[in-house]
Amino acid sequence: MFRNKSGEFSWVDFTIDVLRVLIVLAVVVGAWNTLSSGRISLAQWVNLLAAGLSQGSIYALIALGYTLVYGILLMINFAHGEVFMAGAFSAFFLAEALNRTGFLNEQPLLSILLMFMFAGLISMTVAVLVERIAYRPLRGSPRLVPLITAIGASFFLQYAFRGLYGSNFKAYPQVRALQGALQIGDISIPVTQIFVFCSALVLMFGLHWLVERTRIGKAMRAVSENKEVARLMGIDIDWVILFTFGVGGFLAGAAGVINGLFRPQGVNFYMGFIPGIKAFTAAVLGGIGNIPGAMLGGLFLGVIEAIGPNLVLAGLGIPGANQLKDVIAFTMLVLVLIFRPQGILGERLSETKA
Amino acid sequence: MTKVSPIILILALMVGTAAPAGADSACEDPLGCVEVPHGDPVAVGAMLVVSGAVNYLGEDTLGGVELALLDREYTLLNHEIELVLEDSLCTAEGGQTAAQRLAADPTIVGAIGTNCSSAAQGAIPIISESGLLMIAPSNTSPSLTNSDIGAGGSHLPGYFRTSQNGLIEGMRTAEFAKHVLKAKTLATIHDGDPYTSGLSQAVAETFADLDGGVVFQGAVNKGDTDMSSILTEIAVHQPDVIYVPLFEPEANFFAAQMQYIAGLEDTTIIGGAASFSSGFPENTGEAAIGIYVSGPLVSGDAYDRLLAQWLDEYGSDPPSGYHAHAYDATNLLLNAVEAVALVNEDGSLLIGRQAMRDAVAATEGYPGLTGRLTCREDSPFAGDCSPGTALAMFQITEAEVYDDNWPPPVVWNFATDSFEDARPARA
Repeated sequence: MFRNKSGEFSWVDFTIDVLRVLIVLAVVVGAWNTLSSGRISLAQWVNLLAAGLSQGSIYALIALGYTLVYGILLMINFAHGEVFMAGAFSAFFLAEALNRTGFLNEQPLLSILLMFMFAGLISMTVAVLVERIAYRPLRGSPRLVPLITAIGASFFLQYAFRGLYGSNFKAYPQVRALQGALQIGDISIPVTQIFVFCSALVLMFGLHWLVERTRIGKAMRAVSENKEVARLMGIDIDWVILFTFGVGGFLAGAAGVINGLFRPQGVNFYMGFIPGIKAFTAAVLGGIGNIPGAMLGGLFLGVIEAIGPNLVLAGLGIPGANQLKDVIAFTMLVLVLIFRPQGILGERLSETKA
Repeated sequence: MTKVSPIILILALMVGTAAPAGADSACEDPLGCVEVPHGDPVAVGAMLVVSGAVNYLGEDTLGGVELALLDREYTLLNHEIELVLEDSLCTAEGGQTAAQRLAADPTIVGAIGTNCSSAAQGAIPIISESGLLMIAPSNTSPSLTNSDIGAGGSHLPGYFRTSQNGLIEGMRTAEFAKHVLKAKTLATIHDGDPYTSGLSQAVAETFADLDGGVVFQGAVNKGDTDMSSILTEIAVHQPDVIYVPLFEPEANFFAAQMQYIAGLEDTTIIGGAASFSSGFPENTGEAAIGIYVSGPLVSGDAYDRLLAQWLDEYGSDPPSGYHAHAYDATNLLLNAVEAVALVNEDGSLLIGRQAMRDAVAATEGYPGLTGRLTCREDSPFAGDCSPGTALAMFQITEAEVYDDNWPPPVVWNFATDSFEDARPARA
């Protein structure tokens, strides 16, 4: 114990192990204190869990875009949060138009489907254009180059959409069919949150089917495994990469609409930045490059953010617990990475992929 | 013929150029003077929110400034008035940048702004150091007029405001919650901004002084979209009233998500002036109905004339409630220029910077649209010129949410209604 490969005592290993024990202890003590105090009722815990799962499913859908691109190109597409924003912001105008004509509340399902398609197509177009214009010319460059380009593309998209749609905050109209709550005894779960979670699950399973059961999915997996061999097998690498960006973009656009239904307020050009960072965290948490990992990571992060401050920090008597919810989320990330550096479902990467 | 050295010639030219136009116009002001040559405009600065989520405040106050200038036909002491507008955003960095740009311009006689207290915190040190003065039309943070740096104050010479001090708004809000809503317990929220934290603190302190129970004082982060966690924490304490002086969109998220939290069904929200905009009910939706919002209330014939002029000029109603404060601020500034400017024979002006500050500070009983303005020098009200009476509590109804009505109906006018024998406000 606490010895390195050559059998000597290692302060680094010792410190890491002490840190692991302390973090686990803090989580257990905080949770125990909160739960034993009975301050928060079961109905309130269920409220938090439902909100966390809904938020997490949005993170998961965005995280899939990060993980798909990483899986195939080994690059972090930091402009992906803005791809999400592009769809969400654009679909707001469609939602407004549908609401004005009354169609949104007369045909809610059809309207939401239209919004999904519209936002998905906008985001897909943006993602594909970014790949074609900003990333493809840099393919083969050192990995830092596309990373910096991605950050630049992110700023470009933010300010392009600010120029297009203005800087004011906007809010999605409320869909009457999604108002109200499902009542089970004392527990009340908003219908919007159930809808958000279910639609995200459908999209995630759709992606799983696409990747596992279709020819293009097989091609994506082949390119992800080894681009050169895939090329020798006759796969059009450029097309597969473009398709991957497009699929990731579509999911991000759909996530934008889901976000608009779940949290209608706060639609503006900057709305993709924080969810983008969180979704990237979720992808790393689940194991970057791993599709089920991104889904799980997103849901896990959403739930931890929702219940963490009240469960752990409040139990430890830390003041302003709710302002520290990001600390909880990122501490969990550190904790998971300490125990499983490859993420929850990630595989250990070979030297060439790491 | 005697030869003149070119160096002496250049020196003589330089001295000649720098010399004042007349013997009576030498600048003796300790902070220096603004020189306005004949034919040049008098430059008035404005540090307002042009872009971002609260740009309605900038639009509202800019209208007030422009109408005050229009009243004088954009002319002062036979000089044209030029408005130099800088975007101060709603952040300390924005205020700092706007102030630096104005301070670097030697023709600026003074500035109207900022809108946000956070922007004022960035702007005040620069404006004060440069010898300029600023008159804010919508800052309310108590810290801005408090000279005690050790107690969190940030007032420096050159800062004035025509908006009411948050201490007064906080006090009135707490009294309203206690006496009108008959609340026994209160929770407050802020987002770390000096405006929201100052107001929350003022409300909590007054409510506690009135023997009310302050059961929770918490904060959210700017940019937070998920309020379920803090709402659940508040629900544990089940307060009668939550005071939420947040800006958009955090205020929207907070109000909209509260309906889903078990334990807060009977809790009432009171918002601050940051939510006093037509965008708040529009973007919050149905959940905004019934929310109380404190905000400026100005009335009188002169104000009605201003509103009519606004409608003529801009074709719609003002987007917020601080245009009258901006109108008064502009007049205080222009009156000060008129009072201190030395007019030379050629019509050029010499305006002492310290004299400008002294002239504004000496304002006493000025009949403004927002009441009789008297600028105070005593901390924690140093630079406060507002009488603090133009304040009311409004309640959002369906008309504001669905029919674009603005402003909402007044449920309590702090200038005229008495808390004695107060009955609960209309639901």
